[in-house]
Amino acid sequence: MKKKLKIALIGSPNVGKSVIFGALTKKYVTVSNYPGTTVEVSRGNAKLGDVDYEIIDTPGLYSVFPITEEERVTIQIIKNEKPDLIIHVIDTKHLERMLPLTFQLQEANIPMIVVLNMFDEALKLEININTALLSELLSMPVVATVAITQQGIGQLISKINDKKLSLTEENKSQWEASSFSNQKMKAWYKKSVKIFSRVVKRIKKPRKLSRFDKMLISPITGIPILALVIYLGLYKFVGEFGAGTVVDFFEKAFETYLNPWLVHLATTHIPWASIQMLLIGDYGIVTLGIKYAAVIILPIVGLFFLVFALIEDSGYLPRLAFMLDRAFKKIGLSGRAIIPMVLGLGCDTMATMVTRTLPTKRERFIATLLLALCIPCSAQIGVILGLLSNTPKVLAAWFFIIFAIFLSVGFAMAKLIPGTRPSFVIEVPPMRMPQLKNVLIKTYMRMKWYFKEIVPLFILASIIIWLLQITGIFDLITKAMKFPLDVMGLPVESARVFIFGFFRRDYGAAGLYDLYNSGIFTNNQILIAVVVLTLFLPCITQLLIMIKERGIKIGLGISIFVLFFACTVGTVLNWIITSFGISF
Amino acid sequence: MLLSETTEEILEALWIARENKKTDIFKLSDLREMPDIHTLKELTDAKIIEINNNQIKLLEKGVYYARDAVRRHRLAERLLTDVLAIKKEMIHETACQFEHHLHKGIDTNVCTLLGHPKVCPHGKPIPPGKCCEEKAKMALQAVFALADLKPGQSGNIVYLYTTDPKQAQMLISMGVVPGTSITLLAGFPSFLFQLNEGQFAVDSEVAKEIYVRV
Repeated sequence: MKKKLKIALIGSPNVGKSVIFGALTKKYVTVSNYPGTTVEVSRGNAKLGDVDYEIIDTPGLYSVFPITEEERVTIQIIKNEKPDLIIHVIDTKHLERMLPLTFQLQEANIPMIVVLNMFDEALKLEININTALLSELLSMPVVATVAITQQGIGQLISKINDKKLSLTEENKSQWEASSFSNQKMKAWYKKSVKIFSRVVKRIKKPRKLSRFDKMLISPITGIPILALVIYLGLYKFVGEFGAGTVVDFFEKAFETYLNPWLVHLATTHIPWASIQMLLIGDYGIVTLGIKYAAVIILPIVGLFFLVFALIEDSGYLPRLAFMLDRAFKKIGLSGRAIIPMVLGLGCDTMATMVTRTLPTKRERFIATLLLALCIPCSAQIGVILGLLSNTPKVLAAWFFIIFAIFLSVGFAMAKLIPGTRPSFVIEVPPMRMPQLKNVLIKTYMRMKWYFKEIVPLFILASIIIWLLQITGIFDLITKAMKFPLDVMGLPVESARVFIFGFFRRDYGAAGLYDLYNSGIFTNNQILIAVVVLTLFLPCITQLLIMIKERGIKIGLGISIFVLFFACTVGTVLNWIITSFGISF
Repeated sequence: MLLSETTEEILEALWIARENKKTDIFKLSDLREMPDIHTLKELTDAKIIEINNNQIKLLEKGVYYARDAVRRHRLAERLLTDVLAIKKEMIHETACQFEHHLHKGIDTNVCTLLGHPKVCPHGKPIPPGKCCEEKAKMALQAVFALADLKPGQSGNIVYLYTTDPKQAQMLISMGVVPGTSITLLAGFPSFLFQLNEGQFAVDSEVAKEIYVRV
């Protein structure tokens, strides 16, 4: 295969590298209004003019002296892959601060182009940059863009082709980033200040905090706003509307139209009873796998991703981080961890990947554990809200118990886990009106990712359960689970819920939903089951991601701890409820 | 009691040896500067040190004088770098002469003017004086930690005081460098500041590490 010319997009966090990547490759990668969205490297092909290129989108970095893991990833790309061209993407508003990175990248001796992105926002702040002069001073092409609306992309493409890159290897020298030096940094900053003062026409003095900003970040007004966002976004929209109205609608459609037809199809065309069972039996691929995945889980998760995309594009999350940093310190985390925690309310697996943006090992560990243990994902929340909507007391008790466990486990971890306290530094972008198109595309991309991840698992779960059933092992496991279930005061029928829960917690929660509707549980039992299932073993995908991100020891260790902890809590809860004669 | 310049030099050497060794008893070879016989006599006469078979013991009074001398020397260094912008290579020499003029009262004023700095330009701790403990009440103060500013106040960054090099590196990469103008936008529950055109949120630990001349 012919080798392609490689172009690496590099720049500080939250400057729009991914948007430019999308514009060049016509491929969409997740774009947000907070630093650290891209934690993985994306690659795409682009034909610009007549030449084929491979474009690499990298996680953001502040300087060539890496601090976080994702910064290290970017440095490795420059070092090992030796791209033929570096496009340094700069947020025009912060040109002065970002130019030092240009000088640092220059040391790698790779052809470079500087992109001044968000040029419109800079103009609004009355920062007008003379790009021609800047290009002359840096002796490299400079292009002004507003990538989100495609402005300047054409110009960028022609500048790339002007470079007339060739695939010669010879002038690629090995680049060794020098070790951190205060002296050098200072020199770069001086140079940057000098250049900036020459190319900028006028600058407005730093603004004061707007009233809206003030309301968002001071606890007195900020916490009610947060509660309102959670109430409207999560409870009303995802819970009542999503898990209620939308799921009911789909379920009815599925049960009345699709399912009978499929059952009919299977019974008339497939003579073997066991294959029929695999497809349309109680735990069949269609009746269980597809139904749970497409009809119950997906609408809920989709709606959550929509809300989350709106929130993250507005710039609310870094402000939330500011407000909650102090509280998070008590549980061993910093305000930065708010981003994975909120995302975890959508999908814990995705959130576990995002813990990579946390600076210390200790913080990453605590965040991973809390995500695995306490943060229910949107599918679970949706099902639980649906399940408990008629018993508000149980719902309140569930919320209180999970919240208390979250705080006390976090507090204990902060005390027990050695290492330095995390320090908190985050860039706070301006509040922006979310762009509808970006929000929709992002929701769609996340749903697609989710669907790809879960459907195979649901089908796999159906097949495994089918295998266990026809071999009789299923009954054995169910019997074996009788004792722990008894201790927790749960009926033996709930065994299947926990077996499903092993594959995915939401799958288990959805099974609970069915069981509850058939009237097997008392309210006390449903509380215990819901609490245990919320705490229960993370879904298999999350287990795999935990092992991938934290290593096999920690990944498995956390899982075993969670399993043990969930059962203990269930037992204790049952004991408390029975000995105090509480009844919900 | 006024000591000679050379005597003070030896006192400083003793203090530095004490900082490194965490003891009050030294060998002569531990000192970065060899004292001559007159100086040693002056010190023993003044009951500042005691000499016993080649070992020097810094007495209680000695600790007090040494601490004071070092404090004045390092304050002088700070003054020379921050206010008078004298080149780093020349600081030590000049400071040795300068510290002599910073006797009782003047050192307090200088310390206050500089905002009761905690470290000298080489990163060594400056022993705090009484004024440092009362710093909140002083009116003359010009350099504050970002954490001590009121929302809306702005100034120029003077220096970063952090023991964690990674932290310093991160702050510098973000543009928190001496000379840059900075405005505190909010001080509760964490700290939000404006730096050039960007806004950053940090916790109180970090906000205490950024020193600003208002």
